[in-house]
Amino acid sequence: MPTNEAVQDIGLDDYKYHFITEDEPVFRSGRGLNEKVVREISAQKGEPQWMLDFRLKSLDIYNAKPMPTWGGDLSQLESVLSDIFFYVRPQERMERSWDDVPANIKETFDRLGIPEAEREILAGVGAQYESEMVYHSLKEEWEAQGVIFDSIEDGLRNHPELFREHFATVVPPGDNKFAAMNSAVWSGGSFVYIPPGVELETPLQAYFRVNQEQMGQFERTLIIADEGSRAHYIEGCTAPVYSTESFHSGVIEIVVKPGAHFRYTTIQNWSNNMYNLVTQRSLVHENATMEWLDGNLGSKLTMKYPSCFLVGERAHGSILSIAYAGNGQHQDTGGKVIHAAPRTSSSIVSKSISKGSGRASYRGLCKVYEGSTDAKSNVECDALLIDEAARTDTYPYIEIDENQSTVGHEARVSKVGEEQLFYLMSRGMPEEEAMALIVRGFIEPIARQLPLEYAVELNRLIELEMEGSVG
Amino acid sequence: MSDAPILKTAGLRARVTDEEIEILKGVDLEIRPGEIHAIMGPNGSGKSTLAKVLAGHPGYEVTGGSAFFDGQDLLELETDERARSGVFMAFQYPVAIPGVSIANFLRTALQARLEDGEELDLFDFQDILLERMELLEMSPSFAERAVNDGFSGGEKKRNEILQMAVLEPALAIMDETDSGLDIDALKVVARGVNTLQKERPEMAVLLITHYQRLLNYIQPDFVHVIVDGRIVRSGGPEVALSLEEGGYREYRQLQSTASAA
Ligand SMILES: Nc1ncnc2c1ncn2[C@@H]1O[C@H](COP(=O)(O)OP(=O)(O)OP(=O)(O)O)[C@@H](O)[C@H]1O
Ligand SMILES: [Mg+2]
Repeated sequence: MPTNEAVQDIGLDDYKYHFITEDEPVFRSGRGLNEKVVREISAQKGEPQWMLDFRLKSLDIYNAKPMPTWGGDLSQLESVLSDIFFYVRPQERMERSWDDVPANIKETFDRLGIPEAEREILAGVGAQYESEMVYHSLKEEWEAQGVIFDSIEDGLRNHPELFREHFATVVPPGDNKFAAMNSAVWSGGSFVYIPPGVELETPLQAYFRVNQEQMGQFERTLIIADEGSRAHYIEGCTAPVYSTESFHSGVIEIVVKPGAHFRYTTIQNWSNNMYNLVTQRSLVHENATMEWLDGNLGSKLTMKYPSCFLVGERAHGSILSIAYAGNGQHQDTGGKVIHAAPRTSSSIVSKSISKGSGRASYRGLCKVYEGSTDAKSNVECDALLIDEAARTDTYPYIEIDENQSTVGHEARVSKVGEEQLFYLMSRGMPEEEAMALIVRGFIEPIARQLPLEYAVELNRLIELEMEGSVG
Repeated sequence: MSDAPILKTAGLRARVTDEEIEILKGVDLEIRPGEIHAIMGPNGSGKSTLAKVLAGHPGYEVTGGSAFFDGQDLLELETDERARSGVFMAFQYPVAIPGVSIANFLRTALQARLEDGEELDLFDFQDILLERMELLEMSPSFAERAVNDGFSGGEKKRNEILQMAVLEPALAIMDETDSGLDIDALKVVARGVNTLQKERPEMAVLLITHYQRLLNYIQPDFVHVIVDGRIVRSGGPEVALSLEEGGYREYRQLQSTASAA
């Protein structure tokens, strides 16, 4: 339960990340997206020619592709995009020691609790501020075993072959309009390599913070989990509340090699004027497992469908997601699983909570290619409506070209019932606490999968979101 | 016992919120600390409605009369305030709360009873919970199950009594806790209630039941018969025994002559 103290801490606004750090970036592109901006970004980073070519080609693809007409309402986006800064460089270089991070940026992450988390529970931490990673560090024991956890720029600089072999192979620029945009202007994000057989016992974490008004963040993350390795990567995102819209469009590519096991956890809690359009995809080879655990809170519109391309025999993909759509928010989320090999298996569990004028949509695709014999997939969507006005809808797409496969789909919608509330209140819980407990129970199957600290944080965030939702 | 009543209703009337028809048509009831009252009556006579109205269910509205609990106007209090001041109702049909364990549920309920800034001692809580579960012959692992989710009828009833044992109310209203219990479970539940009352002799109990059988194990001081939203007879345990013989026939006749007049 939120204590009074915690509530005071947040002030009148129930969004706790609403603080703005005053600072002057060292470089900022002009507004809007054009060739000049793309060339500037590439020049700022001192990139090889092939990357500049890749960016320019991606820009062409972006310009050629129409705005999607499905998903959320993107009608205002065109004008938002012409006003935002596509690249904001907050400092000269990335730091390896926390002490060297500029004070104003450090203060931001201190307030978000990042350094403590690193000391206590993480194998490594990366922090992105505006367009650039400002800090990256990895515990020595993992570095000694050949683990790479770096900014994407350093990945390109220091591991050019490994980088080029995998970059844009999982999410090519032509995949969708926003993947093309990201490919043209990407900046920041992580480069991760887990060598064969290495098992990371604690998670790696990256933290993304947008501080400037009217900016776009386009991080790009490339992860390669080599054969038989095992690791967990966690990402968290926040931005302060501005009166104008901001934009976040990341691309996450993950290659899970044979027998490897990779989990990617996202807890996004954007301010509610953020467009959040992210492409997350994994290529899962034989006997490998990929797990997406996706928590979407805040934003004006989120469109995000983590996906698993199961390309090797017995590959397994799992997508667990939870979305919370508060007043004025639209969460259009779900998952995609593509079965392209025999005996592959997948499961999608999607839970959403909507409140007030919030709208949560599940959008999912399950595709089974011919020849994927004995493929198994199961999809479960579960929506909880907090009040009468809230809205939810489900768009499951199922395409099966292989008779010898099993695909299950189940969707449920429930309302927080008067009887449930009465039951809890008759035990002495005030209405808000009763509501929070019901919601916590609803997301428990997902919270249970998170490391304790994150489960606690997820519950806390949802409770904060729900404050004032009754009465 | 000559104390002031813990519960006193006078002419209590109630209907389903926003509907015309009254279900309770004037209920007078006086319960003193430590007393056990049984309420019996035919199906649909308003027993559960009375229990829910006392607990503050939003689906019912009081249209007349009064209800005082421990000297305060019960009808002025919200459901949760009533609970915190000592009213407890064991539900006839408790609902499931998926994903919320019994332990978590009870911890939250107890925490809600503390002052702002006060924290429940989790070790004390564990001790109390385990001790209560033992009293009710429940396996400790049961506390980890989600509240009423997939419970058998008997498990639900036992869970209600467990909550009552942990929350220690001043007035325990038990709505047909005996129905659906096998004979062994019935004895366990009855023993639980009797033990609780031995520990806290001031606890008052309002038992709603259809069967004399429960009253063999939990002996009532008073028995009331409710028909069509009114208490038509009150007396000692002998009232229940006579019902066992003759059913509600004579009361129904009474009723029809009354309404014919
Ligand atoms: N929410 C409601 N909507 C409509 N009618 C209701 C509602 N609640 C109670 N009633 C009606 O009021 C009457 C009394 O119901 P109540 O549940 O109090 O009976 P009861 O004495 O507990 O019966 P039983 O012995 O079967 O449990 C019944 O006719 C019932 O149908
Ligand atoms: Mg009843």
